[in-house]
Amino acid sequence: MKTDNLEQVETISENSIIDIMTHSDIINPHIRVEGLNLNIGENHILKDVNLSIPSKKITCIIGPSGCGKTTLLRSFNRMHDDSPNVKITGKIFVDDENIYDEKAQVISIRKKMGLLAQRPCPLPMSILDNITYGPRIHGAWNRRKLYATAKHYLTEVGLWDEVKERLRSSPGHLSIGQQQRLCLARGLAVEPEIILGDEATSALDPISTKKIEELFVTLKKDYTIVLVTHTLRQAKRIADYIAFMYMGKLIEFGTTDQIFNHPQKQLTKDYISGYFS
Amino acid sequence: MIRFRLFKDKTARLSMLGITILSLGFLLLIGIGLFYMSLPILREKETWKLLTSSNWKPFKGEFGFLPYIISTLHVTFIAIVIALPFSLLTSIYLTEYASEKIRNFFAPIIDLLSGIPPVIYGVWGTLTIVPFISEDIAPHFVEFSSGYSVLAGGIVLSVMITPLLISIFSEVFGSIPKEMREASLSLGATKWQTVKQIVLRKSLPGIVAAIALAVSRAFGETIAVLMVCGNIPIIPSSIFDACYPLPALIANNYGEMLSIPSYESALMMAAFLLFIIIVIFNASSRLILNRIERRYHV
Repeated sequence: MKTDNLEQVETISENSIIDIMTHSDIINPHIRVEGLNLNIGENHILKDVNLSIPSKKITCIIGPSGCGKTTLLRSFNRMHDDSPNVKITGKIFVDDENIYDEKAQVISIRKKMGLLAQRPCPLPMSILDNITYGPRIHGAWNRRKLYATAKHYLTEVGLWDEVKERLRSSPGHLSIGQQQRLCLARGLAVEPEIILGDEATSALDPISTKKIEELFVTLKKDYTIVLVTHTLRQAKRIADYIAFMYMGKLIEFGTTDQIFNHPQKQLTKDYISGYFS
Repeated sequence: MIRFRLFKDKTARLSMLGITILSLGFLLLIGIGLFYMSLPILREKETWKLLTSSNWKPFKGEFGFLPYIISTLHVTFIAIVIALPFSLLTSIYLTEYASEKIRNFFAPIIDLLSGIPPVIYGVWGTLTIVPFISEDIAPHFVEFSSGYSVLAGGIVLSVMITPLLISIFSEVFGSIPKEMREASLSLGATKWQTVKQIVLRKSLPGIVAAIALAVSRAFGETIAVLMVCGNIPIIPSSIFDACYPLPALIANNYGEMLSIPSYESALMMAAFLLFIIIVIFNASSRLILNRIERRYHV
């Protein structure tokens, strides 16, 4: 009886500490979504989403297929711009700049974020040129500097030793896990502040997945990381914060501990415990 | 029962293999047939002389193919030089920039263009391009041009191969995964940068293949070119001179004046030369394709 009580006391105090932490993170969010609605044709995909994504943390967006999590992620760097029939209302602030403002420059917004797609997509050029593609399109031309950049970011993702002998050959011969790390390095080379991952490990084998996850954890000291993930275990392993979405709505947002151990909403509880997926 | 099914499987495979080989055999047969038919003249004259002489006097027994070969290459080259930028830009616009509505509006029109019979292009060329060249363009460059010229042939031909190029290019650009464009765009590239550095680069093998196909077609295009190019067997000294491509030579003369000795054989040799040109061209474009694929990692 006594021990039970003690445990309860402990949990409560833990919770309140987390609350304070959450609060301080949320005061200065890196990305702030306000009243975001997104329609594709007649379909209302995102319904009044309000969300603050803390700076230099890993935030995972979870939810069943078709809940709009990828759509939400892609709206962060305006990847819907070229899709016909997409209508977006609401605001997304990145560094307090509304990226859907008329004056906002889509190129500089995208430069702030590296997007890691579901399947690695190397560009049709050599490994070296893949990394330097970003800097080059933004005007860098000094070969020696570009080489140094490539070396730096390839080292950062742990790929340098694996590819330094064949920098000028096609990335097509790399394993799919190596390709994904290459794409990550390519994204980092434009010096973004935010990394967006759209189920970035779902096509990878467990070992490559582990490598990418470890990279995310190391990278969060410099970058804000937002990941869409299908696997709850992945969210549990690496996320600091979790946003749970269902049918286009943001159901619950909180720290990993809150969402997994003390979910406030019944839907979250059911999803976490695997009643639906 | 299982044996019967396996038997059917085997029969299907073998018969399809047979039919596939047949098309190869067809090519070989045409080549051999043309060679065989041109043997008389090859025996009578020196081959090198036939290829490098520009004297074409069938009555005197002089057969020099050089003007025809040069004309064929000239007209085709001009056609591709004109058609390439047009069709590239059009297909880039249609696949990368245009909305679905515009695309759906233009696609059938372009298909229709490629369905117009060549003779209509020939008439159009005679009525508009030829006088336009003789009155408005040529006077700026040369003293006199009838308008029936290499340029007229090239222009008419370019209009004829443009729809073909556009539809293949659009197909090629469309086959490039959306993810690849997004990878480039997400790094902050503009659309034009993405088109230039990713889409075009990735499409290079397809573009070369499309050009090869269009050029092969242009080499052999007969009636429309014949109607506007003047048909005089000289080596054209400028694009405003008349010329006489190989297909026109064959079409104009085959079946007539065959009483002249070696004439039929000479025409067959013209056909054989055309065949050889197309084979060489296709083989070399294949080599270029392989090189591109290795060099650009596409």
